Amino acid sequence: MKSKAFAYVFATVFLIVAMLLGISIGSVHVPIVNIIQIIGAEIFRFISIDHIDPMQTNIVMSIRLPRVLLAALVGAALAIAGAAFQGLLRNPLADPYTLGVSSGASVGAVMTLFFQFSIPFVGAFTLPLLSILSAFLTIFLVLGFARKIDKGMKVETIILTGIIFSSFLGAFISLVIALTGEELRQIIGWLLGSVSMRGWTYIKIILPFFLIGSIIIMANSKELNAMSFGEERAQHLGVNVQRRKMVILIAGSILTGAAVAVSGTIGFVGLVIPHLTRILWGPDHRHLLPLSILTGSGFLILADLVSRTIISPIELPIGVITALIGAPAFGLILMKRRSVERSGSDA
Amino acid sequence: MLKVEQLSGGYSNEPIVKDVSFQVQKGELFGILGPNGSGKTTLLKMISGILPFQSGKISIKGQSIKSFSMKELAKMMAVLSQHSSQAFSYTVKETVSLGRYAHQTGWFRSWSEEDERIVQESMEQTGIRAFQNKSIQELSGGERQRVFLAQALVQEPEILLLDEPTNHLDLSYQKELLDLLKRWTREKGLTVISIFHDLNLASLYCDRLLLLENGSVHTNATPNEVVKVEKIKEVYHTDVEKHPHPSIPVPQMVLLPSFKNEENIVEIGPEFMHFSKEHISLHAPVPLRTMSSGVIGSGVGWHQTFVNRHVDKTYDCSDHRSEMLHYLKEHGFEPSQTIGMMTAVWLEDVSYKLIKGDDFSIFVIVTAGVSNAVDASKSDQHSFEMIPGTINTWVFVNGQLTEEAFIQSIMTATEAKVKVMDSEKVLDRVTGTTATGTSTDSILIAATQMGKKLEFAGTITPLGKLISQGVFECTTEAVQKSRQRLKAK
Repeated sequence: MKSKAFAYVFATVFLIVAMLLGISIGSVHVPIVNIIQIIGAEIFRFISIDHIDPMQTNIVMSIRLPRVLLAALVGAALAIAGAAFQGLLRNPLADPYTLGVSSGASVGAVMTLFFQFSIPFVGAFTLPLLSILSAFLTIFLVLGFARKIDKGMKVETIILTGIIFSSFLGAFISLVIALTGEELRQIIGWLLGSVSMRGWTYIKIILPFFLIGSIIIMANSKELNAMSFGEERAQHLGVNVQRRKMVILIAGSILTGAAVAVSGTIGFVGLVIPHLTRILWGPDHRHLLPLSILTGSGFLILADLVSRTIISPIELPIGVITALIGAPAFGLILMKRRSVERSGSDA
Repeated sequence: MLKVEQLSGGYSNEPIVKDVSFQVQKGELFGILGPNGSGKTTLLKMISGILPFQSGKISIKGQSIKSFSMKELAKMMAVLSQHSSQAFSYTVKETVSLGRYAHQTGWFRSWSEEDERIVQESMEQTGIRAFQNKSIQELSGGERQRVFLAQALVQEPEILLLDEPTNHLDLSYQKELLDLLKRWTREKGLTVISIFHDLNLASLYCDRLLLLENGSVHTNATPNEVVKVEKIKEVYHTDVEKHPHPSIPVPQMVLLPSFKNEENIVEIGPEFMHFSKEHISLHAPVPLRTMSSGVIGSGVGWHQTFVNRHVDKTYDCSDHRSEMLHYLKEHGFEPSQTIGMMTAVWLEDVSYKLIKGDDFSIFVIVTAGVSNAVDASKSDQHSFEMIPGTINTWVFVNGQLTEEAFIQSIMTATEAKVKVMDSEKVLDRVTGTTATGTSTDSILIAATQMGKKLEFAGTITPLGKLISQGVFECTTEAVQKSRQRLKAK
């Protein structure tokens, strides 16, 4: 238990450091002491910040803080969704991206942008709602298709199906882009993934979905533990597998859809973060899920920081950074897994 | 406890399990047997609630399993399946603790002392407590199987379903696991329903067996009723032979390999004998099926070398067995393949004879001395004393004998020997009556188990006739030689 407490302290410190760095570093440097005072003053009105340049206050409160918070929420949502998919499918290679859920959500978002949909009464929530809906549809199509090919629903089949859907939906998005005129730039910029210039509105959009999705998934941590041993085993242990699986898939799609809706497709966070967290602190989902939230949000804040500072003043899409870190990590996982399997079969 | 009525079902429209009905009582160890594809696993999956069934009914304590929720079912029934995937490296304790899932109701129900106690107890019972913090991916197949058994046990079930539980286990763990299960059925009233691949293990441990054939019940009865040669041949379509277990009253099956022995048919005769001052030996080119009462290698078995050793009348018999073992080893005989006998008789007085019958033959070797002859009908007048055997009768049969024929051979040879005592007027010195043999006679019947099949060996059967003749003639000759030597002295 001691090591688990340490894990939480470590992950929390990592997140706080990442946030402070994310707010502090940029074209205008804001000292960390000032950041703490500015945020403190925002919460406790009696703290005086007269000695701080109002411009710094402005940068922190309306540009960097919302940006960092949005990155944190997106990172957290993708990480916990990835952890849930991995546990459910018993495979550390599963994530919203490889399963086609991200692409599905993108299709929903692209269609919304393309046709300028707006559902009455939900307004700004049209885009996330349609993203979630299409994410959801995609995961069902993927699983249904996989079941058709292979009754046993082998994880390999599911992942391959996910990749097929991912490619197909990606091509579909390209087709839509080709048909677009002026909307083109908006869609491409959105597709590459970014958390810049989104402001507080986007935080308000993602926050409710993030809370609902995370709470549902964390309420199913014991079930995820049981299902890691196979669906039959879980059922023998007393888990209502069909219902729980559905609930977890819905929650995972809500999280992915919402993340894609506010930031575009950002790959590899959902894959690498849960895996890394599992290596560091074990596979027990009761701890893996909250720890993934903490490390995932910290990681995406840092990735965003790198993306906007590495060739400043040009800003790279954040998806480029996560893919540059994530793809080699994915390869390493695959290699390690193969060698484990080999040594496992020898035993 | 568990009742299955007219159950049918499978994966597609064609049912794999057809109209199966049976009942299992509380505390029973119930085995399910059947060849591959007979529907064992399908049946078990339907009972465990994994696979829906098309028709019929499964009830626990009189209530249909469909009326229970998953959690309720998990509290009553635990399952140990053949394969478990372990994608992530959970620790042993984490894995076992998952078994408490059904008992933990509510979202935030925390781990209680009761839960901890049960988990620790189960790990203790299955012998995995020592490595509770190890990852299950580091364990061997057998250790992992015990981890999942512990997980099933912490569910505190009344019924335990197992699918070939001994599959990945080596011999000692197979026994350990089944001993444990048997004890729990006796002590805790646990009901165990298990699929077995191994007929012998199933008959050793099960109270009742269900033999499935093509998805239907072939037989449902005690092991003695189910494990019968005809039934097993019929259902498994293979050659088996039945043997009783040496110490408990259950049947055991052995496979009969269908490869033919390529070697030429062997005929045991005088050319395989070797004489030395201390012993007469016979080394057969192939192991022979034996039934004997020697000092070494007695009972039923397969042996290749046969030694009749001369010892002095003053030989100390207190630890003759280990002394004989030592002797055999010293003279280059492999004790596990050897039958060893002792005699105080001069080995030069041996008498042997090869007698041919119709397509078979026997070879008899007898050494005889009658200095301590006894009349078996008055043996209560003798005090017990181990003296080196004086009539050693060896009968080698070049043919295939049944177990029955082995026993009849011993009877026939003994009767012939007794007749010699009468015709040679050998007297029991204590009682003055005609002797029936000496106090320490030994016998060996050895068969090549090749060539002609000889089912019986009673005195008037073809084999019996040869044995009677051979033993009578050789024993007479040996007794006469020995008497002449004594007279000459």
